[in-house]
Amino acid sequence: MRIGVLALQGGFAEHIRMLRSLQADTFEIRRREDALGRMDGLVLPGGESTAIGKLLKDLGLFGPLKERIRGGLPTFGTCAGMILLARRISGTDTAYFGAIDIEVKRNAFGRQLGSFFTEAPFKGIGTVPMTFIRAPYIERAAPEVEILSLADGHPVAARQRHVLATACHPELTADSRIHRYFIEQLCAAGAGRRDCLTL
Amino acid sequence: MQTEQTKQQYELNKNLAQMLKGGVIMDVSSPEQARIAEDAGAAAVMALERIPADIRAAGGVSRMSDPQMIRGIQEAVSIPVMAKVRIGHFVEAQILEAIEIDYIDESEVLSPADDRLHIDKSRFRVPFVCGAKNLGEALRRIAEGASMIRTKGEPGTGDVIQAVRHMRAMTSEIRRIQGLQEDELHYAAKELQVPYELLRGVHGSGRLPVVNFAAGGVATPADAALMMQLGAEGVFVGSGIFKSGNPARRAQAIVKAVTNFADPAVLAEISADLGEAMVGINESEIRLLMAERGV
Repeated sequence: MRIGVLALQGGFAEHIRMLRSLQADTFEIRRREDALGRMDGLVLPGGESTAIGKLLKDLGLFGPLKERIRGGLPTFGTCAGMILLARRISGTDTAYFGAIDIEVKRNAFGRQLGSFFTEAPFKGIGTVPMTFIRAPYIERAAPEVEILSLADGHPVAARQRHVLATACHPELTADSRIHRYFIEQLCAAGAGRRDCLTL
Repeated sequence: MQTEQTKQQYELNKNLAQMLKGGVIMDVSSPEQARIAEDAGAAAVMALERIPADIRAAGGVSRMSDPQMIRGIQEAVSIPVMAKVRIGHFVEAQILEAIEIDYIDESEVLSPADDRLHIDKSRFRVPFVCGAKNLGEALRRIAEGASMIRTKGEPGTGDVIQAVRHMRAMTSEIRRIQGLQEDELHYAAKELQVPYELLRGVHGSGRLPVVNFAAGGVATPADAALMMQLGAEGVFVGSGIFKSGNPARRAQAIVKAVTNFADPAVLAEISADLGEAMVGINESEIRLLMAERGV
């Protein structure tokens, strides 16, 4: 199992540590060549979505990654990663990969004083610890999108075929079950490939 | 006394700093500059009325910025907004907490308000970043409740020598602590004037318990990459951007340099044709050493 972690800005080291604890082989994606390498899954970390989005485009990574995600590469985005994966971002005309049919709101719980920790049920896993840092939430989702978790009454985790997105940061907790879910249910199961065949 | 809730808030505050890693935090003094910084890929902005080079030139007492000016910047961008308070001025910090600032910089760039005490940062919900010249200062600030550390460097000079000195001092002291025996740690804690528990953590992990950025005198993409190669986890750029010939272009180049800090081919490309860098003042030419404030 080989998983690429986008390493342009933000909390990528924490994802790498957690994926390695699950015996996954990981590598950092910083340059165009890295984006073309063999991988069974892709992780888009938390950080600042405007900064990561800008670097993706300037460094020539955006096109190749978008094509691969469209082509069925299992992808997991947390916080800023969720914003990069969303079809729409409230209040702007900008969107990035548009790989999951949701509309997200940036800093939806407010500024840093609105950041919080909670525990909530996550479909298929059980109750998990959740850390929200200036987090977004999902305002609208298409019927094909499966909502996996709610926090404070708002959808904060969702899956559409081979794409998984959470507004919280499982990589900042000691609980690796969401990463395990990504590896087992999306990467190992070849979620994208199978769906591509049935489409 | 730390309650469960304040402990949790401190974790969340350290977590926000983790999300800024690999990023550039830029000084801005207007909503327009804040937008330029955000468009260039800044991970956060520091709102202040006068950037350090101008504070240095103007002289006089330098204080927290006008909250209305900070609010204007908060409304202009979606990235975190930081602002500075004077060392020890806990009321300026209360005011910034009231306007929901994302991070407070208790900064030696402003005139200190207390010549002995720093702010008791553990009494606030809002996070603090503090400057440090060495491991002792860093751990004392963390003991007071800072959830992020930066080198002091020498702000407003465009001369990177002090930031280099401070980062090297910190990393070499950390290496020395790692090599000590358990029983030697008590004496080292006394020497450094830091809590034993924090030093024991450094001994075990080989790093500070919070994110550590470089700041003070960074003016070029090469300066930023130098600090990253020396172990910084991200970079603050103050006067270096908006005192240069082409701020937008220089800002973008510094952002890319921090991401690709170990890739000389990329650094060569982005360092080309940036227009004039800030003129700068050499360390030996300045009268006021801001880094000596607040130890």
